[in-house]
Amino acid sequence: MFFQQIANALALGSVYSLFAIGFTLIFGVLEVITLAHGAVFMIGAFAGLIAVTKFNFSIIPTILISMLASGLAGFIIDLVAVKPLRARKFHHLAPMIATIGSATIIISIYQGIFGAEVYRFPFDFVPSDSYEFYGIQLTLLQLMIIGTSFLLMVIMILLLNKTKWGKAVRAVAESSKTAALLGIPVEKVYQFTMVISSAFGGAAGVLTGLNFNAIHTFMGGPILLRGIAVIILGGMGDIRGAMFGGLILGFSEVLSVAYISSDFRDAVSFGLLFFILLIKPSGIFGKVMERKG
Amino acid sequence: MPEYLTSFWQTYNTLFYTIFVHGMLGLSIYITLACGQLSLGNAAFMGIGAYTAALLTIHMGLPFGLSLIFGGILPAVVALIIGIPTLRLSGVYLAMATLGFGEVVRVVFLNMEITGGSLGLNGIPLKTELWHLFIVMGILIYFFIKLKNSRFGRILEAINEDEVAASVMGIKTTYFKVWAFAIGAFIAGVAGGLNAHFTFFVSPREYGFEPAVDILTFAILGGTRTFWGPLVGSTILTILPEMLRFLGPYRLALNGIILLLVVLYLPNGIVNKDTFDNLKRLFKEKRRNA
Repeated sequence: MFFQQIANALALGSVYSLFAIGFTLIFGVLEVITLAHGAVFMIGAFAGLIAVTKFNFSIIPTILISMLASGLAGFIIDLVAVKPLRARKFHHLAPMIATIGSATIIISIYQGIFGAEVYRFPFDFVPSDSYEFYGIQLTLLQLMIIGTSFLLMVIMILLLNKTKWGKAVRAVAESSKTAALLGIPVEKVYQFTMVISSAFGGAAGVLTGLNFNAIHTFMGGPILLRGIAVIILGGMGDIRGAMFGGLILGFSEVLSVAYISSDFRDAVSFGLLFFILLIKPSGIFGKVMERKG
Repeated sequence: MPEYLTSFWQTYNTLFYTIFVHGMLGLSIYITLACGQLSLGNAAFMGIGAYTAALLTIHMGLPFGLSLIFGGILPAVVALIIGIPTLRLSGVYLAMATLGFGEVVRVVFLNMEITGGSLGLNGIPLKTELWHLFIVMGILIYFFIKLKNSRFGRILEAINEDEVAASVMGIKTTYFKVWAFAIGAFIAGVAGGLNAHFTFFVSPREYGFEPAVDILTFAILGGTRTFWGPLVGSTILTILPEMLRFLGPYRLALNGIILLLVVLYLPNGIVNKDTFDNLKRLFKEKRRNA
């Protein structure tokens, strides 16, 4: 029973990690908490749904299409809502409020198109096979979710640590002024970060849609709250922190549902967040973000 | 009263009441924005206030005024509990913590027996009358006028302008930010109590993230330079959706579009520092012309 929960927790947690990595990267580089990340996640899920139901794509192209759609959404959000605020020196909360506005617009357009229904992937889109590892039953779906998430996370880490673009992203995260002086195209780095992070959010969206086999226009809200909890837990702007934080949250949720009560599942993430803010607000890996005077 | 006025009042009196309640909510977020903090939990505070006040009138039969005050105190206490750990940190932490907090409040209301679960509370007696709203709003306006030139008001402004500089000057910034947050929660709670006693029912769905964004939009549209901003913003945003019913589901996009446009093109909102000067100039010109 306990080992079975581990499989569920891994599937849930790895998707949280995937979502939170993009969230935390945007914060680290652009210094914006993008509250539109939940809407971007929902866009990815719907793009995947359409790819499957309308075009009969198989699983890998579906995930790629979701990432493409969400990446595009991220690009547009950056262009419309965040970029104009970068040029002017505004209150530090202004970009965050602009992303709230973007999220509201996106969600209501989707509600206008898709209504309040819950959509599902066709039955047997992923065969319901299961495998056994050391007594843990893993369904093909769970295996696929865990595999895809970890693969994408490895790609992200390699991208950031081994490529020229990754180096530029890290430089801008360290100090955008210095990076600009050194000739790094800061504006392009911002756009690149938004697109890649949103694409990861989209992948998380379609994987969540598959995991629960439910896609609806409200699905971005709960994950956004979890993303926030995860990045505070792991330390804001810290990629490793987001990965571990996501898994920790996945485990805490699954175990609290299994052993305490399912009623408060949605409150677990907040409990964790509050606890971290009380004892170590810098998170597991991070340093406290102070406003520079 | 003439016939058409009576029927107009019957159709729109709830709208009129709602303008007052939304105005209070706008003020409740204004006081945290006035010290540079963004609270996304004011809808949840309103919810706590609404449930508290309603339960006190239903089960304890407390006088309306007392239920309202308790409906304000409980959210304020909760705000102290959330505010003390989060307001030590920079502004984004409060926004993120309060965003999650709204969700917790919803879950708690859904699962508690006394709050009626997902059905909410029904049959709350009608207690709110127009003069209650006028009195509460009058007190609030008096408070905010007095606040502007008080020590507390100036401290909030100093924190908003530059928190580091304020703390270097010996202001206990966290202490005052927590107070501002708690006062905001108190106002939101009272507004919730008043609202519950004329809509007759409260349900957990009303106090989540979307209403919190609505409240934010009131303040951002109106402007956060003076407290008149949120009042103007909330009045416009309460009447506007009534006029835009033909848009159907896309009506919900309105708040988003307003938030985006105002943040991008009108960063000080409708009512800003120049508004009063402009009005004065307008009057002077008129007088000269006359």
